[in-house]
Amino acid sequence: MQGNKIIGEAAVLAGCRFYAGYPITPQNEIPEYMSERLRTVEGGVFIQSESEIAAIHMVAGASAAGARSMTSSSSPGISLKQEGISSLAACQLPAVIVNMMRGGPGLGNISPAQGDYFQATRGGGHGDYRTIVLGPATAQELADFTMDAFDLADQYRTPVMILADGMMGQMMEPVIFKEPKPRVYSDSYMMRGAGKGKSKIIRGLILDPLDMEEHNWTLERKYRVIAKKETRHELYRTEDAELILVAYGTAARIAKGAIKRLREAGLKAGLFRPITLWPFPENELRDLAKVFENFLVFEMSTGQMLEDVRLALQGYARIGFHGRPGGVVPTPVELANVVMRQYDRKQGIIEHY
Amino acid sequence: MKKVFGRPKSMKNTIFHYCAGCGHSIAHRLIAEVIDELDIRGITIGVPPAGCAVLAYNYFDVDMIEAQHGRGPAMATGIKRVLPDRVVFSYQGDGDLAAIGIAESFHAANRGENITVIFINNAVYGMTGGQMAPTSLLNQKTTTSPTGRKSLLDGHPIRISEVFTLLPGTAYIERCMVNSPASILKTKKSIRKAFQYQIEGKGFSLVEILSPCPTNWKMTPVESCRWIDEVMIKEFPLGVMKDLPAMEEKEEKKGGKTS
Ligand SMILES: Cc1ncc(C[n+]2csc(CCOP(=O)(O)OP(=O)(O)O)c2C)c(N)n1
Ligand code: SF4
Ligand SMILES: [Mg+2]
Repeated sequence: MQGNKIIGEAAVLAGCRFYAGYPITPQNEIPEYMSERLRTVEGGVFIQSESEIAAIHMVAGASAAGARSMTSSSSPGISLKQEGISSLAACQLPAVIVNMMRGGPGLGNISPAQGDYFQATRGGGHGDYRTIVLGPATAQELADFTMDAFDLADQYRTPVMILADGMMGQMMEPVIFKEPKPRVYSDSYMMRGAGKGKSKIIRGLILDPLDMEEHNWTLERKYRVIAKKETRHELYRTEDAELILVAYGTAARIAKGAIKRLREAGLKAGLFRPITLWPFPENELRDLAKVFENFLVFEMSTGQMLEDVRLALQGYARIGFHGRPGGVVPTPVELANVVMRQYDRKQGIIEHY
Repeated sequence: MKKVFGRPKSMKNTIFHYCAGCGHSIAHRLIAEVIDELDIRGITIGVPPAGCAVLAYNYFDVDMIEAQHGRGPAMATGIKRVLPDRVVFSYQGDGDLAAIGIAESFHAANRGENITVIFINNAVYGMTGGQMAPTSLLNQKTTTSPTGRKSLLDGHPIRISEVFTLLPGTAYIERCMVNSPASILKTKKSIRKAFQYQIEGKGFSLVEILSPCPTNWKMTPVESCRWIDEVMIKEFPLGVMKDLPAMEEKEEKKGGKTS
């Protein structure tokens, strides 16, 4: 099944009943799939919105009304959604946002890229908030993480982003949809009319600075719990490694290919793959630095996750970097060659950050 | 003793923050009275705007969810599509609806979303201190048009009700005002009809209310009311712009007679 369609199917299986989105390549198969699929389930709503801005606010309304809700887009459209994502975070509303990244900045191009890492992991919109960001690297993970995203969004009442790229959206791989978990949530916040009871307010406007500060700390405490409990990563062939590559998503797939070739050439490389990009698995990465001295970050950008790696490792290890922004998807061979140039067994990483 | 006047049940027992003579307070009260009369407090969900009415949720005793500036109709769309049997209204100023949120409003109307929009046209950005709005009149002085709005530089005031009337998706559109007891009663009737149509599933309804903003117009409340009568309604004529359900009923009756 195609990556974009996998996301759509996994969402519906997870109980997503509201989707709003605006066309943008390379993720058009998601709205197309949802427009068909949501018609086949009771209470399913699909709206092709007038813009990404409208889509995210429709999602907020639907979420407040109690539906599991999702929107998807690609880089320029995700920029437009930031107002709504900030608002979802402020109002503590669950929602799932998919970003199939493409080359940027500006209109950029429609090729796979990883240039939205800062935007995704630093909040993206205004104000003190975080978004949980999952970085799948296989079709199976697209399915699994989409389902997980809905659970996390409900559990923490916060927007969750799937950060993938055009390549993952277009690729075809077999997939097994896991049994979705039953939805666990408190409906206390939901906006369904007051009935005979007290009326509710959902708002992010808190005029008194002391109250606003308290709200900020409330959110921050939640983010700290998330950071503690939800951090995920993968280790690949690190047991006997002398050099660790650090990469996520499509770049991690390429890195795995490069590792195979490097090992054939006698260089034992391994991979540390962050799965949650926020919260970034910094402790887990730093733990590795107790054993390993040399790390090389590979991204399809000019170096964004590199900053998180530096925060985790600077002073503990030597950090190298290889970046291909702009929609260029390098081959494993290219990466393997770069690694061999940048790493010397005696010296370690030659040009380090 | 019989109580003849009191606070509507759908209104909380608090004091409005609105300036003296502000149209928002009147519009709020009318909406609350209509919600009471239609007995829909328990199934109504309101979406207040960014604007002077941003705190409307402190006044209405119904479920309310804040919208970002201009996004009310998108939010209301999301709510209504998930909960089609609830009554959903979006309350918006002229900057909110006709400038930053024109796309959301226009397309919600065009989709014929079964929601009600209460549109407070006070020809300025009230909350941010009286800047020019898309509805400011030509030659109207505001803090960002100090020598008066000039069409060549600033464009023309937008007649939202007339424009939206052209959209086939809209069911009911009326422009009213709230500067006299008679006009207030008329506005209430219009709001009631808009909500009634929504309950009957007739589609998108919008009530535009010409609304005094004495503070930013730099007038007394009385002068503001007079300004609406003497100046504002020339640009924004009052009346029912569209009443599709009534028209259809008429057609049906006619059709019934001939057949
Ligand atoms: C994205 C964004 N831009 C600007 C603002 C600032 N802002 C708040 S209310 C407002 C104008 C309100 O004017 P109007 O909609 O006419 O409502 P009124 O206050 O006149 O009732 C503006 C510009 C904001 N809250 N959000
Ligand atoms: S500034 Fe104008 S619109 Fe705002 S509360 Fe005062 S009178 Fe009303
Ligand atoms: Mg205004």
